[in-house]
Amino acid sequence: MSETSNMTKVEDFSLRSSSPRIGERIIRGTLFSASAFSVLITIGIVWSLLVPAIEFFRQVPIMDFLTGTRWAPRFVPASFGVVPLLVGTLWTTGIALLVAVPFGLGSAMYLSEYASDKTRRRLKPVVELLAGIPTVVYGFFAIEFVTRVVLKDWMGLTVGTFSVLSAGLVMGVMIIPTVASLSEDALSAVPLAMRQGSFALGANKMQTTLRVVFPAAFSGIAAAVVLGISRAVGETMIVALAAGNKPNISTNPLEGAQTMTGFIANAALGDSRVGSLQYDTLFAVGLLLFTITLIINFISIRLVRRYREAY
Amino acid sequence: MTVQVSNWNIDGKSHEKNFKSIVFLGVLWLSLFIAFLFLIILLVTTAMNGWGRYDLRLFTTYNNTTPADAGARAAILGSLFVVSVTALMAIPIGIAAAVYLEEFADRSKWFNKVIELNIQNLAAVPAILYGMLTLGVLTLLGLKNKNVVIGGSLALALLILPVVILTTREALRAVPQEIRDGSLALGATEVQTVTKQTLPAAVPGIATGTILAVSRAIGEAAPLLLLGALVFITYDPNGLLAGFTTMPIQIFSWTSAAQEEFKQVAAAASMLLLVILLSMNGIAIFIRNKFAKRW
Repeated sequence: MSETSNMTKVEDFSLRSSSPRIGERIIRGTLFSASAFSVLITIGIVWSLLVPAIEFFRQVPIMDFLTGTRWAPRFVPASFGVVPLLVGTLWTTGIALLVAVPFGLGSAMYLSEYASDKTRRRLKPVVELLAGIPTVVYGFFAIEFVTRVVLKDWMGLTVGTFSVLSAGLVMGVMIIPTVASLSEDALSAVPLAMRQGSFALGANKMQTTLRVVFPAAFSGIAAAVVLGISRAVGETMIVALAAGNKPNISTNPLEGAQTMTGFIANAALGDSRVGSLQYDTLFAVGLLLFTITLIINFISIRLVRRYREAY
Repeated sequence: MTVQVSNWNIDGKSHEKNFKSIVFLGVLWLSLFIAFLFLIILLVTTAMNGWGRYDLRLFTTYNNTTPADAGARAAILGSLFVVSVTALMAIPIGIAAAVYLEEFADRSKWFNKVIELNIQNLAAVPAILYGMLTLGVLTLLGLKNKNVVIGGSLALALLILPVVILTTREALRAVPQEIRDGSLALGATEVQTVTKQTLPAAVPGIATGTILAVSRAIGEAAPLLLLGALVFITYDPNGLLAGFTTMPIQIFSWTSAAQEEFKQVAAAASMLLLVILLSMNGIAIFIRNKFAKRW
């Protein structure tokens, strides 16, 4: 074997496959179309909301919808001010965050900074089980236990069957796993060298956790909280059962109120013909809900990218 | 391993044990404890609310206007049927999409970036909006009756698709690059590498994610509510175009019923649903801990 023949052999050898491999191309194409299908879903959502919503805004001026303070779509004369629904959503979401942020973050800090590997592997799944409970069961629990037993009997509060407090509290527990699990990821992503540096300067574990690890993981934790907000805004079954269906610009969390999702669920139970104004109202509120959660989700995605880039 | 660093004491004093840091640790413990406590209270109170209804009536009889005779037969079979069709739709498409994004996609291309961002957002879109999308699709197809098995399955499949994609991607990402490189170096094509090496190695992770996604579909009610699944059904669902109801919808309807006695049936059905879902979650976690390889 001479040296030249060896050389030509190397030149002939290409990293590309020798045959066109049509089968592989077909498989790749199929796989690509499966992932492109997800874009079609988004387009589908926008289209299915937009078409009836445009029909709705032909009859109801968009500013009346966004700034009106009376929501009475089935009354005569009907009124389509969405503010009461937004206030209801704000109440349940706010109360839910008051529960989910401290408890979720506390659990995350314990699991990431204090727990041993073994303890973490045992405890984390239990927190995650909270995410596996169906939301109707949460709703049932909110009415039967939180409202009736805790708020009425134990605390002696004057509360009706429906209250935003009860719905918000239970929803808060529902989103603990969302906040805890994403925050834990963010805390664990902080490099060990930063903790070691802090310890070397004489800080104890609490000081290191609060002053070094927490600030370093802040954007990731913020992303977790923002995603929690998105969950709370879009949650339907708990509010449909426990928050009631009376639109109400409420100043008292013991009162019931209707949220955006609560309205959609409740209106869907009634019989509204395709193409009627009632039917279109559903989609106008749906479009608003989609827009709000879209903005929240993008903020969350941005924040996650920031901490992924940092380390 | 490096956690021990904090136990080193250069001056011989323990800085861990001052009052503030003990309180801090106590607060962290408490927040975990609250989560557990809530889980236990929820299980116990639901179990107690349903006391007296844990018998075969729940499985064998249809819904009834008399609480004592009401059962969840149609709902149990409906859930089983709808979710099976959901899984058949969502799992293959989800895994295919994940394989493309993780194994083949050139991430610098704009359309791949769009797809990726899009899936992240879809995973956080409120469930009820998938019901509205399905409503739109069924109207477009000209179906008068929206409450059909295929409609419910479509709504739930669209809902869990992003979850399947995201968890499958994570499982594929955990497979070390060396395995792919080794396979390619031995002359396997890219598709052979995926089907014979990467995918089999990721099976435990994919199984965990898929089970969790399917259990979400079993427990979800919001999108089905929009299709009008809250109906009185006293027959077994017998085809893709048959009317249906599911367990969560049935529980919703009993919970919001005026008669107190229905609450008991609702609690009993909730317990059944909880047992199914918590054991699915348990199996998923078991697979993850037992079979997931750590490279």
